[in-house]
Amino acid sequence: MNIIVLMKQVPDTAEVRIDPVSNTLVREGVPSIINPFDENAIEEGIRLVEKHGGRCTVLTMGPPQAEEALRRALAMGADEAVHVCGREFAGADTWATSYTLAQAIRQLGEFDLIICGKQTFEGDTAQVGPGVAEQLGIAQATYAIEVQIEGRKMRVKRVLEDRYETLEVRLPALISVVKQINEPRHPRLKNVMAAKKKPITVWGVDDLDARPNLIGLAGSPTSVVRIFAPERHHKGEIIEGETPVVVDKLIEKLRQLEAV
Amino acid sequence: MAVDFAFTQDQQDIFAAIKEFCDEELAPKAKETDERGDFPWETVRQVAEMDLMGIPVPEEYGGMGMDFLTWTVAAEYLSTACTTTGAVFGAHMLALYPIMAYGTDEQKAKYLPALATGEKIGAFGLTEPNAGSDQSTIATRAERDGDDYVLNGTKIFITNGGEAEIYVIIATVGQRLGVRGLTAFIVEKGTPGFEFGKNEKKMAYKSLSNRELIFDDCRVPAGNMLLTEKRGFRVAMGTLGVGRIGMAIGAVGLAQAALDAAVPYSKTRVQYGQTIENFQAIQFMIADMATEIQAARLLSYQAAWMKDQGLEFEKVAAMAKLYASEACSRVTSKAVQIHGGYGYTAEFPVERYFREAKLFEIVEGTSEIQRLVIANRVLKEYADKKR
Ligand SMILES: Cc1cc2nc3c(=O)[nH]c(=O)nc-3n(C[C@H](O)[C@H](O)[C@H](O)COP(=O)(O)OP(=O)(O)OC[C@H]3O[C@@H](n4cnc5c(N)ncnc54)[C@H](O)[C@@H]3O)c2cc1C
Repeated sequence: MNIIVLMKQVPDTAEVRIDPVSNTLVREGVPSIINPFDENAIEEGIRLVEKHGGRCTVLTMGPPQAEEALRRALAMGADEAVHVCGREFAGADTWATSYTLAQAIRQLGEFDLIICGKQTFEGDTAQVGPGVAEQLGIAQATYAIEVQIEGRKMRVKRVLEDRYETLEVRLPALISVVKQINEPRHPRLKNVMAAKKKPITVWGVDDLDARPNLIGLAGSPTSVVRIFAPERHHKGEIIEGETPVVVDKLIEKLRQLEAV
Repeated sequence: MAVDFAFTQDQQDIFAAIKEFCDEELAPKAKETDERGDFPWETVRQVAEMDLMGIPVPEEYGGMGMDFLTWTVAAEYLSTACTTTGAVFGAHMLALYPIMAYGTDEQKAKYLPALATGEKIGAFGLTEPNAGSDQSTIATRAERDGDDYVLNGTKIFITNGGEAEIYVIIATVGQRLGVRGLTAFIVEKGTPGFEFGKNEKKMAYKSLSNRELIFDDCRVPAGNMLLTEKRGFRVAMGTLGVGRIGMAIGAVGLAQAALDAAVPYSKTRVQYGQTIENFQAIQFMIADMATEIQAARLLSYQAAWMKDQGLEFEKVAAMAKLYASEACSRVTSKAVQIHGGYGYTAEFPVERYFREAKLFEIVEGTSEIQRLVIANRVLKEYADKKR
């Protein structure tokens, strides 16, 4: 079983500050972590390899300091890491990112499963995973909360807004995972030490078979006009108590609002 | 004076991993772990899964092959996050260390891997009802019978007792011989004639087991003897040397937890229209606490490092144990004081820290015994420097 996990290093905060002038993320002084959903993806990759054998390779596109995040993935138990790194890749939108990652995956050779987090904490688009699957022309199942593999088939339970859905897909495939799929492990000491000896392959623009006009800022059809935090919606009012009392209160409320 | 222990990159990476584990897994459960009153198997298992149990054990026996300084820092973090789990961790070393240091290749191959991985927990049985500070009165008899020794007697207060599977027991082949008769054995839980008695009710550490070990015609193979007959005092002293470093750093860890609770509290509690951190009386307490913790920590690290270097470390270990345990009592007391009345309630962890601290002044050699050891060495140093 060859598993490739897509991961990204992000600033360690759910509420990233945004520079109001440049509309870019302010990274100074914010420690970096692995995108939390990607930690679930790594955990799932490691567990599947523990169960079915094979190798778990983590893949990231990012600046040089993303090596730190790859080391942590290796310390969690991933077998090897690939780092797509270079100025030319910077400024990529989800389209260019998907293309670049797909090219890197092609270059890695045969694989059975690609796992990624459902979205990143900073971009929140949830587009890169599906984009990679499309680029590679393989099946995809997003928002996975449970996976079972039997031979070349995989059963995936997906979390949708109002229900669960179970799909059967043929490998190779891509899944994106939600937080509830597992509890990511803390790197144990032996793996922290072993990770130091595991290989991290760095691919620059010359190492990757990627068309220059499809990568980085140049390859990105999206341009960001403005980034802003969504307004907080007020929580609805919750009426609590015994059912008859609650019903009376509700009717009264509706009357006050002249809704009935 | 010997000091040279800057942390290597490997150590720093390992400490970061341990800190993350302690902060995220142990600390949030510490109150519950203490109050439940059951042996903390859940956290002990987690500690084992993190590869912490065998830090100084050679890799060939399933350990990390690192030094005692690394183990010491790990013990500090554990104690800060959850003193009870830290105490299990410390007592475990009291069985692991004598086997590692004095065991034959066969004994090491048989017992070290399970202890190093934490698959099995260890305990150390020295204290008896009539033998505490004074080990010359140990009365647990070991009589040779064919290929076995037959053990009879009772140990008390034994940390991890009943839960541990591997025990290092200090018995005697002749009580008249005093400490010269002491002999050490590895005894497995489940050996016929080896039973567990009373579990002590204590001032703190409700979830820690401190039990009687009862030996009633318990047959132990002669192959389970550490070193030879009558060399048990050496085993006991060597083990207590390492144990004192463990106790010292356990006290440092606990004192740090008290500071970590007191300072943020002083920044939120408002009296006379300002946060109490502004009062110099509070600031002076904080200054003393931080200073004593740092001094105790450095003494503990130095003792561990000296052991790693093969230097004579017993005096510094005794100093570390004495100073850290007494500093811990002062620091935890001040932490309660800074909290005022709230600090006396179970709503805040400092009342527990205050109760937990006292233990460090008693076990593995009371403060008085540490002073005896230190004075003995210092006087001897001056005698050697004859004018
Ligand atoms: C929670 C807990 C866990 C423990 N865990 C273990 C364990 O895992 N294994 C184990 O073997 N033991 C264990 N012990 C026992 C512990 O090590 C002893 O309690 C300790 O060594 C002191 O012995 P004692 O209680 O008999 O006190 P005593 O020796 O009776 O001392 C009483 C007082 O007399 C003082 N005193 C004694 N001799 C002298 C002297 N020569 N000069 C001046 N003052 C002196 C002491 O300092 C003390 O103040 C544990 C005890 C506790 C409470």
